[in-house]
Amino acid sequence: MVRLLSPLHHVVVAALLLAACYAQPAHAQPAPAASPKAAGDPVRGEKLYEARCGGCHSLDANRIGPKHRGVVGRPAASIPDFMYSSALKKSKLVWTPANLDRWLMGPSRFVPGTRMAAFVSVPADRTDIIAYLASTTPPPPKK
Amino acid sequence: MTEPNRRGLLTGMALTTAGLTALAGVATPAFAKKAKSNPAQDANLLNAAIALEHEGIGAYTIALGSGLIPPAAVGLVTSFQGHHKQHRDELAAAIRRLGATPAESKTIEQYAVDLNAGAITGLADIQRLALRLERGAANAYLGLIGPIANSDLHLMLARFAADEATHATVFILDLKEMIPTQAPLYG
Ligand code: HEC
Repeated sequence: MVRLLSPLHHVVVAALLLAACYAQPAHAQPAPAASPKAAGDPVRGEKLYEARCGGCHSLDANRIGPKHRGVVGRPAASIPDFMYSSALKKSKLVWTPANLDRWLMGPSRFVPGTRMAAFVSVPADRTDIIAYLASTTPPPPKK
Repeated sequence: MTEPNRRGLLTGMALTTAGLTALAGVATPAFAKKAKSNPAQDANLLNAAIALEHEGIGAYTIALGSGLIPPAAVGLVTSFQGHHKQHRDELAAAIRRLGATPAESKTIEQYAVDLNAGAITGLADIQRLALRLERGAANAYLGLIGPIANSDLHLMLARFAADEATHATVFILDLKEMIPTQAPLYG
């Protein structure tokens, strides 16, 4: 029994090892999304921000949405020269990381009547985007 | 064996859905009640999209006026801008059908400020800006499909997302960026 099985066993093990070798590069570096850190990864967050938010937002210019530099910790709808929806103006929210997380899960569920629709369904992506936003310092005072 | 299990699963799901609906009824309307029409809110969201198209049209006007686009590429870039104009017109018609007024374009000068056009010194800067806007727009359209209640509009949004993704691909190749190995590439 043992004799009969073992060559086969070796072949199977060899095949698995071979497969593992091929698979190694992908597995050796787990996708960042698979390892959500409590603090979030601002470098990955910046890339996500550019791809998912950059169509409408910039750090230093009001575009389709308001400018974002220093948004973490700021009261909602507080950029003076941006036309917010009345829903967001009346929300009385402060953009804590927890509120930003709820917002990014579904803005119109959190603040019905808002004009922002974009949402981010992967929790680790939200954490990284928020970490990036938190890393943006307020602009230097105007001369 | 499978039948009762499946039924169990379905019953569980029905319960969960009922629970969520009850919760949603108390807490929020929005897209939990996707089927309920909300033309005013749909128009609000489409107005964010038309603002995106206005900005894209403006960005291409700035690019074409910069003298930095190689003559052989002017036709292609102009056709991309043409797509954005068609999107704008289709969105404007949809917004009017919903009983609202389409958002107006800002001036080219304002877009130049918003997009930091003063920092553009070469073709690669234009390609990077175009990629950022096109990729952002593709993702923005995909993000609109769930929250927009009127399902008649979903195909239009998906088509626009595909158009923007096609534009983005051209700039990805121009800039020799990698196409991600992980699908989905957008959304
Ligand atoms: C389709 C365009 C669009 C996209 C894409 C988009 N936003 Fe917005 N965003 C808006 C608009 C419009 C508002 C203003 C909402 C209002 O007034 O109700 C806004 C508002 C916000 C606010 C509130 C800021 C303040 O000053 O109170 C935050 C925070 C925000 N967006 C974050 C994000 C993040 C993060 C992303 C990417 C995951 C994103 N947005 C993607 C259009 C967009």
